Amino acid sequence: MIRLNLLLTLILIACALSVVTSQHNARKLFVELEKEQELARQLAIELGQLQLEQSTWALQARVEKIASEQIRMRVLDPSQVRIIMPENVMNTNTAGGIP
Amino acid sequence: MRNSSKSGILPGGRSRVLAAVILLGLIGLAGRAAYLQGMHKGFLQQKGESRYSRVVEISAHRGMITDRHGEPLAISTPVESVWASPKDMEITTSQIKKLAEIIGMNSAEIQKKIEGPRRDFVYLKRHLPPEIAARVVELNMPGVFLRREFRRYYPAGELTAHMLGFTDMDDNGQEGVELAWQNDLAGKPGSRRVIRDRKKRIVEDIESIRVPRPGRDMALSIDSKIQHLAYRELKQAVEASKSKAGGIVVLDAQTGEVLALANLPVYNPNNRGNIKSERARNRALTDVFEPGSTLKPFTVAAALETGQISPDTIFQTAPGTLTIGKATIRDSHREGPLTVSQVIQKSSNVGSAKIALSLPSKTLWEILSQSGFGVSTGSGFPGEVTGRLKPHKTWRPIEQATMSYGHGISVSLIQLARAYTLFAAEGELKPVSLLKLDAPATGERVISRATALAVSRMLEMVVRPGGTATRAQISGYRVAGKTGTAHKVEGNGYAKDRYISTFVGYAPASSPRLIIAVMLDEPSAGQYFGGVVAAPVFSKVMDGALRIMSVPHDVPSNNIVSFPAARELGGDV
Repeated sequence: MIRLNLLLTLILIACALSVVTSQHNARKLFVELEKEQELARQLAIELGQLQLEQSTWALQARVEKIASEQIRMRVLDPSQVRIIMPENVMNTNTAGGIP
Repeated sequence: MRNSSKSGILPGGRSRVLAAVILLGLIGLAGRAAYLQGMHKGFLQQKGESRYSRVVEISAHRGMITDRHGEPLAISTPVESVWASPKDMEITTSQIKKLAEIIGMNSAEIQKKIEGPRRDFVYLKRHLPPEIAARVVELNMPGVFLRREFRRYYPAGELTAHMLGFTDMDDNGQEGVELAWQNDLAGKPGSRRVIRDRKKRIVEDIESIRVPRPGRDMALSIDSKIQHLAYRELKQAVEASKSKAGGIVVLDAQTGEVLALANLPVYNPNNRGNIKSERARNRALTDVFEPGSTLKPFTVAAALETGQISPDTIFQTAPGTLTIGKATIRDSHREGPLTVSQVIQKSSNVGSAKIALSLPSKTLWEILSQSGFGVSTGSGFPGEVTGRLKPHKTWRPIEQATMSYGHGISVSLIQLARAYTLFAAEGELKPVSLLKLDAPATGERVISRATALAVSRMLEMVVRPGGTATRAQISGYRVAGKTGTAHKVEGNGYAKDRYISTFVGYAPASSPRLIIAVMLDEPSAGQYFGGVVAAPVFSKVMDGALRIMSVPHDVPSNNIVSFPAARELGGDV
């Protein structure tokens, strides 16, 4: 009887200790999780700021200015344009074309 | 042995006393325990918990607004606000000076804020960039804290200002889309209870008190490229014609989505301080004007629908005036007998008045009402106006005559643009949408397909030689449209030399993709006819927009090469 009790006591102590360690582990992991989540939030904020920056750089007005002033691009005169169409599309198009 | 043991036994009285004392002590302890456990349990548990558990706020940011291709138009990003709790503040004047320097205020202002009526919470400076906030933290002053807030940025600035509106200091929508969809866009901050350890790290989640709900992202129907184009051209035209104001609306002819919408004058939404209500108004939606001749096609459509006239029916417009009762209607150019088509092409007031007077007032009223005049477009934009269309029973003959060419009725620019879906979508009125649609909305049939096509052919004549808007032409595309030049209403009558010039049109006429309505308010650089000041804006924006959307040409201008021919060309090279 006493032996059994002793054994059970030992098991109990072992269990209690393992509860303590796993709780500790859980907390450590949780801290890590929190850290990662904080990082995710930070990155989301940074993403927003970068998107903002990107769209500021990519503003139509700015792109247009650079295109026309720095690399001298311009819209072609219609007389310089050749439109290539697959034959079947062109047929239906001209059929419904000029009234 | 026995003796000594006997002498060791305590006298019976003493042992009983001792036992009683110990027992009493135990009872006392048990009583105290029961008292604490039973009656003070809640209080004590709360005290204990407060040593380690904390309620943490979880912020939720406001949703992003993008254009139809996902380009961001409004983004919220966190900023720091410095606040103080005057009760807990213990700072010296030199420290205040330092603080003032960092946050860019003068120390007297700060002094005043802190010393005002005793409060627990005073904002010192709101919306600081994170770098500056970090320097405030470095000062390490008791009673001065940071608070994370969100500030809204509009990368496109004034380009999309009227469409988007703006938010206030607390990131709540105040105008435009920001206000209309406030509930969707705004996030709901949440909170949770956590356990913190000695180093202030969160080690365990106990419960979530409120689940945070981040704001929903929204895609508008706006196409930023077309928006830029429309804004740029409108701005140039307003400056060149010295107009007081102007507006432009670009609609997708098939779906009714608003691809671009711009007004002048405008403001910069990133600079909240100087937004005047005068500039904040989205005129295309919230202001009405008399549309003038742009309404004539509806008169003609009503007449064609009755079957009493055809596009070739002739009306005598000479001598260019028509007297009804005491009033006289005038044409700007004298013409002779005109067909219905020519009435539209030359924009004859007398002709359209005669057509209108041949109809019962109810027929005309019905078509105008079904075309969306006098009713809200249902866009959901805050402050949208319905315009005014008088009930037909109250019309006098002169009113019916002037209504036929757009006087005595008031409409908003977006209503006008939308009404033209009638001719662009073969007789159906499409609902307008400020949000990107996944599936095209179904329209409502107002006039028959045949009538719509007949009017559309007349509208094409307007931009051909002999019409009022040859400047609306675009090479490579068939264009249909109508000019309008209306005297401004002033008090009870019309201003003699102040006009509203409009042009509404669509292209390619063979299968319309875009409807553009342009309005210039009081052009005062000499020219004021819609065909001269507004039509070129239409033509430039339409040309660019069709190119952006790569819409195939519908007028072969000898530059279309068939596929095999192109291969041969390639072979030569």
